[in-house]
Amino acid sequence: MSIAATQKQGFGAVIWDYLTTVDHKKIAHLYTFGGGFFFILGGIEALIIRIQLIKPENDFVSAGFYNEVITMHGTTMIFLAAMPLLLGLMNAAVPLQIGARDVAFPFLNSLGFWLFMFGGILLNCSWFLGGAPDAGWTSYAPLSTTSPGHGVDFYVMGLQIAGAGTLIGGINFLVTIINMRAPGMTYMRMPLFTWATFVTSILILFAFPALTIGLFLLMFDRMFDSAFFDVTLGGNTIIWQHLFWIFGHPEVYILILPVFGLFSDIFSTFSKKRLFGYTAMVFATMLIAFLGFMVWAHHMFTVGLGPVANTIFSIATMAIAVPTGIKIFNWLATMWGGSITINSAMLWSLGFIPSFTVGGMTGVMVATVAADYQYHDTYFVIAHFHYVIVGGTVFGIFAGFHYWWPKMFGRILNETMGKIAFWTFFIGFHLTFFIQHFLGLMGMPRRYWVFLEDQNLDLGNFISTIGAFFMAIGVIVFFINAIYSQVKGEKAPADPWDGRTLEWSIPSPPPYYNFKQLPLTRGLDPLWVEKTEGNGKMTPAEPLGEIHMPNNSFIPFVMSLGLFIAGFGFIYQTDNNAWFIALFGGMAIALGAMIVRSVKDDLGYHISKEELEREADE
Amino acid sequence: MMSNDHILNPETMPQSPEKATLEGKNKFLGLWFFLGGETVLFASLFGTYLSLKNSTAGGPTSEELFGLELVFIMTIMLLTSSLTSVYAMYHMKNNDFKKMQLWLGITGLLGIGFLAMEIYEFAHYITEYGFTFRSSAFGSAFYTLVGFHGGHVTFGILWLITLMIRNAKRGLNLYNAPKFNTFSLYWHFIDVVWVFVFTVVYLMGKVG
Repeated sequence: MSIAATQKQGFGAVIWDYLTTVDHKKIAHLYTFGGGFFFILGGIEALIIRIQLIKPENDFVSAGFYNEVITMHGTTMIFLAAMPLLLGLMNAAVPLQIGARDVAFPFLNSLGFWLFMFGGILLNCSWFLGGAPDAGWTSYAPLSTTSPGHGVDFYVMGLQIAGAGTLIGGINFLVTIINMRAPGMTYMRMPLFTWATFVTSILILFAFPALTIGLFLLMFDRMFDSAFFDVTLGGNTIIWQHLFWIFGHPEVYILILPVFGLFSDIFSTFSKKRLFGYTAMVFATMLIAFLGFMVWAHHMFTVGLGPVANTIFSIATMAIAVPTGIKIFNWLATMWGGSITINSAMLWSLGFIPSFTVGGMTGVMVATVAADYQYHDTYFVIAHFHYVIVGGTVFGIFAGFHYWWPKMFGRILNETMGKIAFWTFFIGFHLTFFIQHFLGLMGMPRRYWVFLEDQNLDLGNFISTIGAFFMAIGVIVFFINAIYSQVKGEKAPADPWDGRTLEWSIPSPPPYYNFKQLPLTRGLDPLWVEKTEGNGKMTPAEPLGEIHMPNNSFIPFVMSLGLFIAGFGFIYQTDNNAWFIALFGGMAIALGAMIVRSVKDDLGYHISKEELEREADE
Repeated sequence: MMSNDHILNPETMPQSPEKATLEGKNKFLGLWFFLGGETVLFASLFGTYLSLKNSTAGGPTSEELFGLELVFIMTIMLLTSSLTSVYAMYHMKNNDFKKMQLWLGITGLLGIGFLAMEIYEFAHYITEYGFTFRSSAFGSAFYTLVGFHGGHVTFGILWLITLMIRNAKRGLNLYNAPKFNTFSLYWHFIDVVWVFVFTVVYLMGKVG
C-alpha cells in the first residue's frame, strides 16, 4: 500500500488522497491552495475598494456594497488568507525541523484544515445569498446586531467554524513540539521558526476562546433574541469590543511572530552565519507574546475607559517596541559580516526590515493616547496596520514560500520572476500605503464610501490606487511563477540553499515518513554542525526499524461538512422553522462522525524494515 | 502487520497505562492544553456575567431567584462525582477493569443527577418567575454561563457512556486507557468550573 502511494496515481485517486490525507506535508499543500484562493479573493476586494476611491465622489460601487467589500476584505485577509498560509508553512516545515515523522495528532490536523475551509466557504456563500456581512471586520455591536439581512450571521457562523479549526491546529503544534522532537533536539536547539510556531500556538490557544465567546454572544443576540448587546434590556455593547480585542490583539502577533521566526531562519541561511543572539531572539518572542495579551484596550482609547486605564495600556503597548527592536537589531547583526546571497527569499526579507520598522514606528505613535484621538478611525491607522501586516506578514509569507517551495513541491521557484514579483509588489506597496499616512493626518476617515473634491485628498488617493495595481501585478507574477515552476521548473535537490536545519537533510519533497531513521542533533543548526564538524550528513539516532504511520481518514471532512450544514440551519431558522432540520441534521452528522471516530479503533499501520531497505535501493 | 497487537492485547499492563504509548502521552498533554483554552472560554463568560449581573431590566434579581439549598446539593453531587472518577482512575492503574467501570458508572449517574437538577432549576425560574434567556441582559448572561457549563456536563456524560459501552467487552488496554484518563481530566475540569459558578453566580448573587 505504502509503495503504491509513491507511484503515479489517477486524478480521482489524487483527489481522494487529499480529501482523506492526514500527512502534514499534504495538509500544508491544502492550506497553501485554500489560503492562496482566499488571498486572491481578498485581493480582488482590495482592488474594488481602491478603484472606488480613485477619484472624489466615485460611483463604481454602491455604498452598501462598499461596506460589504471592506468587511470581507479584512475578514478574508486575516482569517482565511494570512493565517491558513502561515499554518501551511508551519505544517510544511515544523515537523521536519524537529526531526519528527508527523504531527502529534494527524487526524486533528486534517480536521483543523477542513473546518477552516468549510468556515471560509460558508462565510463567502453570503455573497450569493442576499449580501455579505457589512459591519466591518470588527463587527462592533450594535452595528452588527442591528445589521439587516443575514450577512453578519454568515460572519458569525463562518468564523466560529474556521476559528475552531485554528484552535485545534494550535494545540496540535504545541503537543508536537513538546513531545515529538528527535533525539538531541533540545528546546534551545530548535530553529527560530519552530520556536515562533510554538509561541504562536500558545497565543492561538489563549486568544481564540475569547473570540469564540464573543461570536456566541453575537449569535445569541442575532438569532435567539438574547440581550447581551441590547441596551434597552440592560445589555452593554462594550463587552463585544473587549472580547473581540482580547482575541484581536494577540491575533496580530499570531500573524507576525511566525514570520519573525521564518525571517530569522532565512537571514541566517543566506548570510552563512549562525543567528546573532539566538537566546535573545527566543526570549524576545516570548516577551512579545506575553505583552501582546495585555494591550488589547489600545484599540479602545476613544471609548472612554478613563485616563488611568488608557495610560496603562498605552505604556504596555510601547513596551512591545523593545523586544521587537531587539529582533530588528539581531537580524541586522546576523547579516553583518556574513557571506550574503541575494535571491527572492532574501529580497522579501530585506524588504521587510525597513517596511516593518515604519509600521512599528507608527505603532508607537498610535499607542500615544492623546495623539490617538487624532489618528483614530482615519487612514493613518489603515496605513499603520497595512505596514505591519503586509510589510511583515505578507512579505514573510512570500519569503517563506520562496524558501520552502523546493521542500514542499520539489521544484525551485524561478528567480527572475521572483525578483519581478518582489520589486513590483514592494514599490506598489509603498506607493499604496505610504501616502495614506498623510491622507489620514489630513482627516480622511476610514470606511467612508466617497470623499469630496478639492480637500487635498484627490492626488493622494489616486497615487494609492495606482500602487494597488502594482501590488496586484506582483501577486499575479508570483502565481504565474508558482504554476510555471511546477511544470517546467528546476527539480530541487535535497539541500538547494546550503541549509542549516534538519529539513534540508532529507530529499525534496520528503518521503511520506519523512525520516527513515530519526536524526541525532548535536547542536544548534544541526545540519550545519555536521557540515562543518562531521561528514555533512545527519547521524542516525536509531537503527533502521519499523515505522508507525497513521491511517488516512474521511471523517474530518464529514465532520466539517456537518457543521457547515448546521451553520446554514442556524442562520436561516430565524426565517423558517423548517431550517431546524438542517440545524439538527448537520449537528447529527458532525456528532455521528465524532462517535464513529471514537468507537472505531484506528491504530495506524507499520512500514516494515524490508520495505524501507527496498526503497533505499531504488 | 501484527505489531499493533501489544497495544490491544498487552501481556502485562505497565504502571501508568494511560501514558505508556506516545499516543497516550500526546493525548494527555493535548487535553491539558485544551483545558487551558477552556479556561479562557469560561473566563470570558464569567467576565460577561459579572458585568451584566445587575442588568435585570426590572425583572427578578439574583437574590430573589436563587435558592442555595438545591444548588448546594448539586455542588455536592458534582464534587462527589469528581472523587468517584479518581477511584476509577485508581482502579485503572491497578488494571482492575470491572471496578473502574463501576466507579465510572457512579460518576455518570451523579452527573446525570446534577444535570436533572439543573434542568429543574431552569424550568423553575422560567415558570415561576418568568425569568428567561430573553427577559434581560442578566437573564442572557446567566443562562449562557450556567448553560455552557451544563452543556459541558452533557457532553462529558455522552463521552463517558460511549467509552463505557465501547469497551465493556474488551477490557483495558494501552489503546483505550488514555481515553479513559482524558475523560477523567475533563471531568475534573468541569467540576472546578462549577466551583467558580457556585461561588461567583450563586453565593455572590445571594450574599454579595
